[in-house]
Amino acid sequence: MSAKHRQELLRTMVLIRRFEESCAELYSATRIRGFLHLYIGEEAVATGVMSALRPDDAVVSTYREHGHALARGVPLDALMAEMFGRQTGCSRGRGGSMHLFHKETHFVGGNAVVAGGIPLAVGLALADRMQGRDRVTACFFGDGAVAEGEFHEAMNLAALWRLPVLFCCENNRYAMGTALAKEHAQTDLALRASSYGMASWPVDGMDVEAVEDAATRAVEEIRGGGAPVFLELRTYRFRAHSMYDPDRYRTKEEIASWRTHDPIPTFADRMRAEGQLDDDELVALEAEVAGLLARAVEAAEQAPREAVEDLTRFVTSTALTNTAAGR
Amino acid sequence: MTTVTTVEATYREAMREAIAEAMRADERVFLMGEDVGSYGGSFAVSLGLLEEFGPERIRDAPLSESGFVGAGIGAALGGMRPIVEIMTVNFSLLALDQILNNAASLLHMSGGQFNVPLVIRMTTGAGRQLAAQHSHSLEGWYAHIPGLRVLAPATLEDARGMLAPALADPDPVLIFEHGSLYNLAGELPTDAGAVDIEHAAIRRSGEDVTLIAYGGCVGKAMAAADLLAAEGSSAEVVDLRTLRPLDDATILASVRATHRAVVVDEGWRSGSLAAEVSARITEQAFYDLDAPVERVCTAEVPLPYPRHLEEAALPQPETIAAAARRTWEGG
Repeated sequence: MSAKHRQELLRTMVLIRRFEESCAELYSATRIRGFLHLYIGEEAVATGVMSALRPDDAVVSTYREHGHALARGVPLDALMAEMFGRQTGCSRGRGGSMHLFHKETHFVGGNAVVAGGIPLAVGLALADRMQGRDRVTACFFGDGAVAEGEFHEAMNLAALWRLPVLFCCENNRYAMGTALAKEHAQTDLALRASSYGMASWPVDGMDVEAVEDAATRAVEEIRGGGAPVFLELRTYRFRAHSMYDPDRYRTKEEIASWRTHDPIPTFADRMRAEGQLDDDELVALEAEVAGLLARAVEAAEQAPREAVEDLTRFVTSTALTNTAAGR
Repeated sequence: MTTVTTVEATYREAMREAIAEAMRADERVFLMGEDVGSYGGSFAVSLGLLEEFGPERIRDAPLSESGFVGAGIGAALGGMRPIVEIMTVNFSLLALDQILNNAASLLHMSGGQFNVPLVIRMTTGAGRQLAAQHSHSLEGWYAHIPGLRVLAPATLEDARGMLAPALADPDPVLIFEHGSLYNLAGELPTDAGAVDIEHAAIRRSGEDVTLIAYGGCVGKAMAAADLLAAEGSSAEVVDLRTLRPLDDATILASVRATHRAVVVDEGWRSGSLAAEVSARITEQAFYDLDAPVERVCTAEVPLPYPRHLEEAALPQPETIAAAARRTWEGG
């Protein structure tokens, strides 16, 4: 793989990591609020999958979606402004961390009901099929979603109608605080998916190149008119489920062991070993990202808020503002 | 003057013609739901449409309410104009997450970027001895949700004409078809088409009391008005037609003229749509009232199977007329 492409992958992962570290600080300082679900440790998944997509493909995401949005190309400033609830946010501040949307990049949201976005992805793919577009819809969800009825309904529909969906199951081994083995009678999630007659395979979700290869192969199959593909992306979240989570359900040893597979240093080391990265370049990358983040935070803090007079705007398409008694 | 020609039609046929017309006019429109194709629709609304439009556009879905309603939302986001049929409102609860958390919320959550031009049709209501899991009227719950438009066609003209404007709406619209209405027959103009979906309608003019009803209860309110007329009292009947947003102006204008109101609702009384209508009347027309607003709702019981108990549970012309009398005779 070319040094330039690898540097892009590395840059995306570093951007996601530093963005979220910045958010965690802002959250602790109470400058941003709501829920904050960090993706730290899972960056290789979003980065690898998005790299395999075309600009016109659609993405349906979860509430742990900062990484998906950044890797997809949702502008950093718009993301940061959304964290601050400002008008310049990618959802005009009305969605917050869990509901990032961006029409230009076909980023159809941040869905915060586990598995709730999966039927939507099936419908987007159905619309593409019916209108003769060769677009793929990438749908992200976690291992927890596999226990939901909506997951199984949507898997069956996609397989039955042979729709162009790339199912990206981010298996980080915990549904909030419940371990995989405590939640699933069959913990081999790729095997579960294959029961729908769907091509499915497990992927090392800590290795950005393994993810990119698998997603590229899957997208080629799907776009070739085949059928949906399911990727079980085995990964790990280094931080707690949310900022409220004391992380009592797993051991420090387990977390430390997974940290040795941290997708960023392992990938950087691989690049170094192959002469595609040196310390100066890494320092420059970190400095560039730090500068972008500092400017994004500054811009977000200075950005306007939505006017209270516009509270009920966007409840319907037609009315700019509705009375409380209205629709 | 042109002569209006009419054709004998049922509510079911009117709805079917509305679907067929929409599908002929716009390739983006398709019908999706359980047994809409080969079976012909569980209430035979879509009978024959598979032959004309084929299985891509008359799309049989597996028994996955959440899955295919969610797919309808996604297809609407993807540029289609889906009509999703849910067999009954009782089963729509399996899709409530999709309807509330996605269809009704996406536009706002996305700051105006993603609207959902989706129509969901479903049967509602009791009267056919189908017991507690096929008989309830839950449209009032949906009328609680910002972001939805909720329609209840009670006449042939509305069954024929509400779908087109619903499909033209850029946002989600729910259409509730009362199961007892499908066989309703009458004359429909051959050129019947789109109707207004903003306003309530006066179905019968009167001076002494306003009977406010919708869907399957409009006919019962009309029958109650006949009973009252036989006693020398004149009742006005308002058909709500659109349950969200409510047309306060038409309701209030009628109540201000008659000074008495009876709200009829096949939903349960507590937290009902009737409660909302009643509250709006007392909020906005309290000093025009000569009597407290009366409500006639379904008894608070999971609907029982035997005919005599089902009839006792539901609003009836006699109970509506009795409520009207209370507004001038006192409780």
